[in-house]
Amino acid sequence: MDKEKKPYLSAKGVTKSFGFGRQKTVAVDNINLDLYEGEVISIVGESGSGKTTLSKVLLGLINQTSGDVYFQGVKRDISSQARKREYWKNIQAIFQDPFSSYNIFNKIDSVLLDCINMRGGVYFPREKKTEMMIEACSFVNLKFEELTNKYPFELSGGQMQRLMIARIFLLQPKILLADEPTSMIDACSRATILDELMHLRKEVGMTIIFITHDIGLAYYVSDNVYIMEKGRFVESGAADDVILRPKEPYTQRLINDVPKIYEEWDLSTV
Amino acid sequence: MANTMLEVKDLSTKYVTRFNEGVYAVDRVSLKVEEGKSLGIAGESGCGKSTLALSLMGYYFPPLHYMNGDITINGNNISGLKAEDVRKTILGKEVAYIPQAAMNALNPTRKIIHFIEDVILEHEMYVTKKDIYGRAKKLFETLGLPPEVLQKYPVELSGGMKQRTVIAISVMLLPKVLIADEPSSALDVTSQKMVIKMLKHLMEAGFISSMIFITHELPLLYNVVDDIMVMYAGQIVEKGSSHEMVFDPIHPYSKGLMGSIIVPEKGLRDVKLTAIPGVPPNLKKPPAGCRFAERCRFVRPECRVTDVAMREAEHGRMYRCIIPEAELREAYAREEHKNG
Ligand SMILES: Nc1ncnc2c1ncn2[C@@H]1O[C@H](COP(=O)(O)OP(=O)(O)OP(=O)(O)O)[C@@H](O)[C@H]1O
Ligand SMILES: Nc1ncnc2c1ncn2[C@@H]1O[C@H](COP(=O)(O)OP(=O)(O)OP(=O)(O)O)[C@@H](O)[C@H]1O
Ligand SMILES: [Mg+2]
Ligand SMILES: [Mg+2]
Repeated sequence: MDKEKKPYLSAKGVTKSFGFGRQKTVAVDNINLDLYEGEVISIVGESGSGKTTLSKVLLGLINQTSGDVYFQGVKRDISSQARKREYWKNIQAIFQDPFSSYNIFNKIDSVLLDCINMRGGVYFPREKKTEMMIEACSFVNLKFEELTNKYPFELSGGQMQRLMIARIFLLQPKILLADEPTSMIDACSRATILDELMHLRKEVGMTIIFITHDIGLAYYVSDNVYIMEKGRFVESGAADDVILRPKEPYTQRLINDVPKIYEEWDLSTV
Repeated sequence: MANTMLEVKDLSTKYVTRFNEGVYAVDRVSLKVEEGKSLGIAGESGCGKSTLALSLMGYYFPPLHYMNGDITINGNNISGLKAEDVRKTILGKEVAYIPQAAMNALNPTRKIIHFIEDVILEHEMYVTKKDIYGRAKKLFETLGLPPEVLQKYPVELSGGMKQRTVIAISVMLLPKVLIADEPSSALDVTSQKMVIKMLKHLMEAGFISSMIFITHELPLLYNVVDDIMVMYAGQIVEKGSSHEMVFDPIHPYSKGLMGSIIVPEKGLRDVKLTAIPGVPPNLKKPPAGCRFAERCRFVRPECRVTDVAMREAEHGRMYRCIIPEAELREAYAREEHKNG
């Protein structure tokens, strides 16, 4: 990455805690992060390490307890609904729980149509809109004809995750924040989807944050990897360094515990 | 010759939907699991893995219906049995089944020991609660689980502990065959590893004789089972030893599946993953010929016309394709050469 450039999105000393007194949980603890335009990073950590909380702060869905988020070099201001909407034009998310992400009263066609409209396609002819939706679905191995006239709750978990990702192909946001985007998708479809996503990234210069405990995925897609433990980054750097030559015992353990194919998977460590 | 614990011949089953349409989720499946062996079932989401698991226990209740085929468990043909009889005489004792997401389906208002009482009382009439507790405690200790867990409620346990508890409960009656459906997919890597270690221990220590392990995570299967069977759209498309299936797949679909594995090991970032464009056929109206034809890069006109049968390859492996093994291998070698 060209370090001369200004970071596109930064977190400076971001902390988020829940509850008070003895009930207090510091979910995100003094996190610093610089993300450059076009960069792909992954945030990896075990269950409960604070990944989703950090992503919600970056998205502006919840307020940090302390610290600041900078967007394009300026302190992010999301104090009003209008400002938030302005910010969200640049950053879009795929959420961990796809079931909670849809309005259950909206048919699937309208979920995708909304994306086209948001990107200024309101006056496109109908055929063009349909064509765009068919294409977006094909990137994620979904058949558009099988989705029309259905409600989101009529889909399986994996199908919903794919639909979330199809939206990204229509929205083409500047920054994509993807929280466990393929957890319910089988390996084969996952390969197709990741390849298409990386293709889109090149084409439109998208910056991507993957949040995952799938270390193989993190290694495959990212330039830089951040390892999160109990709200903090304990190790970060180029994917090859962090994943192939981890320094911290925590990182070493995470990587050791992933089932291997070319190397011995040692069961005696648990 | 080892004993055959479970054998299924030409089994077909279907769901009948609200609109009275058939969903043909298991189509003429044959398989065999021998004593001391484990079999893995892999395949894309929706291809029928969970349905096959239910079907091969002979446990049918609407909307799932038996169509035809033979099921033999530990020497007894159970094909004609009523669901009620299967539940009483087969489930838990001959075959134990851990459904997908079982750990999240535990009734939150009951303690773990109560689930164990249910399991035992279903099959044994004259047994005291004290006896049950003693047996449960002993089993938990042998399996490395703290016996205090018995007095806890499901919500008090972490995901990994809950899943291991579910497995322990399911082997309480020492079944011959254990069927585990995605037992670790919802867990983080460390908890997943503990679950796998426990399953392997159950086999090695003789708690169970055979195991069927279902998951779409191939690296996991590779590390757990002896043989792997790949399913596509309700049918088996290939079976072989797990090493052969991962390093030398024959069927174009298995080849694609194995080519999409991502493991955090050196060299991964330089490989081009094989993605298979397209979607599987609708199981309400499966196509006439090969079910994979629409997505296959080697498709020929005859693939779409006639039904394709399983055929034998080297080392007693089986695959479902009209193209001879040697030709497929040549094509793969050419592709590899082209990709450098
Ligand atoms: N709304 C909330 N109120 C109280 N505590 C919370 C809240 N959201 C998260 N936490 C706590 O913050 C910590 C971090 O949770 P978070 O969901 O960010 O973890 P994660 O890394 O995304 O885990 P997973 O891999 O399971 O998704 C956990 O201890 C969690 O219980
Ligand atoms: N109750 C049902 N009624 C009708 N169709 C069903 C029913 N349950 C499952 N199906 C269909 O049967 C097919 C096989 O489903 P099954 O759950 O066996 O797949 P699977 O391979 O286990 O998938 P996954 O990896 O997502 O668990 C799917 O196409 C599914 O939509
Ligand atoms: Mg999370
Ligand atoms: Mg299933």
